[in-house]
Amino acid sequence: MSRIEKRFKELKDCGEKALVCFLTAGYPDLQTSEELICEVIRSGADIVELGVPFSDPLADGPSIQAASDRALAAGATIHKVMDLVKNVRKKVDSPLVLMTYYNPVQKFGLNEFARTAADAGADGVIVTDLPPEEAGEWKAAAQAAGLDTVFLLAPTSTDERIRRVAEMSSGFIYCVSRTGVTGKRSDVPSEVGDLIERIRLATDKPVAVGFGVSAPDHVRAISKWADGVVVGSALIDLIAQNSGNNVISEVKSFVSELKSAARET
Amino acid sequence: MLDQPTKTPDALGHFGPYGGRYVPETLIPALDELSAEYEKAKSDPAFLKDLEYYSKEFIGRPTPLYFAERLTEELGGARVYIKREDLCHTGAHKLNNVLGQILLAKRMGKPRIIAETGAGQHGVATATACALFGFQCEVYMGEEDIKRQALNVFRMKLLGAKVRPVTTGSKTLKDATSEAIRDWVTNVRDTHYIIGSVVGPHPYPMMVRDFQSVIGHEAKAQILEKEGRLPDYVIACVGGGSNAMGIFYPFSDDPEVKLIGVEAAGHGIETGVHCATLGVGSPGVLHGAMSYLLQDDYGQVLPTHSISAGLDYPGVGPEHSYFKDKNRAAYVAVTDEEALDAFRFLSQIEGIIPALEPAHAVAYARKFVPSLGKNELVIVNLSGRGDKDVESVSKIMEVPE
Repeated sequence: MSRIEKRFKELKDCGEKALVCFLTAGYPDLQTSEELICEVIRSGADIVELGVPFSDPLADGPSIQAASDRALAAGATIHKVMDLVKNVRKKVDSPLVLMTYYNPVQKFGLNEFARTAADAGADGVIVTDLPPEEAGEWKAAAQAAGLDTVFLLAPTSTDERIRRVAEMSSGFIYCVSRTGVTGKRSDVPSEVGDLIERIRLATDKPVAVGFGVSAPDHVRAISKWADGVVVGSALIDLIAQNSGNNVISEVKSFVSELKSAARET
Repeated sequence: MLDQPTKTPDALGHFGPYGGRYVPETLIPALDELSAEYEKAKSDPAFLKDLEYYSKEFIGRPTPLYFAERLTEELGGARVYIKREDLCHTGAHKLNNVLGQILLAKRMGKPRIIAETGAGQHGVATATACALFGFQCEVYMGEEDIKRQALNVFRMKLLGAKVRPVTTGSKTLKDATSEAIRDWVTNVRDTHYIIGSVVGPHPYPMMVRDFQSVIGHEAKAQILEKEGRLPDYVIACVGGGSNAMGIFYPFSDDPEVKLIGVEAAGHGIETGVHCATLGVGSPGVLHGAMSYLLQDDYGQVLPTHSISAGLDYPGVGPEHSYFKDKNRAAYVAVTDEEALDAFRFLSQIEGIIPALEPAHAVAYARKFVPSLGKNELVIVNLSGRGDKDVESVSKIMEVPE
């Protein structure tokens, strides 16, 4: 059982939902980024998703686009992101998942990327713009390196696609809450429930919901259906709006609130 | 009249290792729907009849294949013909594709249309077709391009479209395309995205090629009629590559016809400030397809520059990448300066003011044709007219009083 699967199982056994926190790797800079990752884990994150900065993040809204640009400007190359994972892995035992676009992966080389990520201590990889149709080689490379491959499902996915994505996914399935890009939202669309119901018919792999999940109330709403929630842009906004020691303390209290909500179910 | 491609792409849109669909899951069902609708439409006589009707009556096709007598004399090499896509309604080849796609959107019942634009020609074509058929229209355009193509911005607004300025990244075509894709991911259920070039996820590169192939089909029939044989060379500019693929594709099974794509070398390839994607790029993924790409060692997309907004793009259509690897077409590049010289040269020698994009093709012809024999034949695809560029060029070019 992989570290990710194990974490979902432990949480399920004690009736909790997984809180997955997304942070852009190297944002606002590499050192602060490392502190932030450790802090969200201390404050209750069960899994950390680390966004690999990319010049053209077409599934991301303004918050993560800006964080990605800032991280790149601060020198976050893919090799430095791998070093960051290595440093964090020395300090924490929680599952770490890289979230990336395909181009940096293919440029690195699929096998090389998978091996380097696994050696650094990553547990899984999400490639946002790589649907199962194009993922054959990547899946093989990731599997050989012992990495989980998380694929995405969206409200527009047909039942046939749900079966296919469920089959390709390991660790968990990333369920996109709405048609759209990442970013803070004021509510949780009710269609998420329907989508998860359809996913449950196809698989018993864990399902985590992301995109627009921005507040403890959203976590509560989604916890009715899913095994986990992913919070990203709201955290990034919090980091953007604060500076110095404030960043860490604001992040700490926000993540604690989110985790309390994920425990209530 | 549309091609029924037998060789490429495969069912998932691959041209050899290029093409495919590298997009978020949310869009895949819409791409499936579009592929299915296009397959149906392509063999539906009613669709083909509509396409032909609007092509003739609204765009003004066929466009002439004009023998450029003075140009031929001046260059002293091959006989040069100009395919006059600049005479299409709205001033460029873009409407060929837009009409096809808007008729598809109508069939799919999607009331809202979005598009990206660089030089503004695709935006104007899309705004025009939306006015013609009564669709809502929003066009994404980089802030930098809004500045250098002010006339086209006004035309789009006049036609009733909303122009959405894009302020991220380099504020040019690349970023406008990313923003259009973000809109589409969000509004995919009621929106059709009319991509303006042979780029993007499958079926776009194939579909846009097919709609633009009318250029090559006409040119082939016209040159056979005028010269009784096929040309030796076909020359076209390449940004994303739709006008080039449109004229190349119908000649691609004729090995005696050499195809030459001309990219923008900007300030010069050696300066690193250019858009010569096929010239010096490497395979990568941008905007949904695997193709040659200008990127750094870490897979980050590089900034580009061309005096021509329509060529200012770090990617290129996947089928061009395939043609390059198969040596079916050769890809060369000319600088901003050479293109500007050609802009003036063609204006004065033929009375045709070219857009800055095909001015690159003219510039290459100007260098290349003198080396050819007098009985050789060259077709240059003049993909658009220069009215849109006159204002910005007037600021940097002196003309005699």
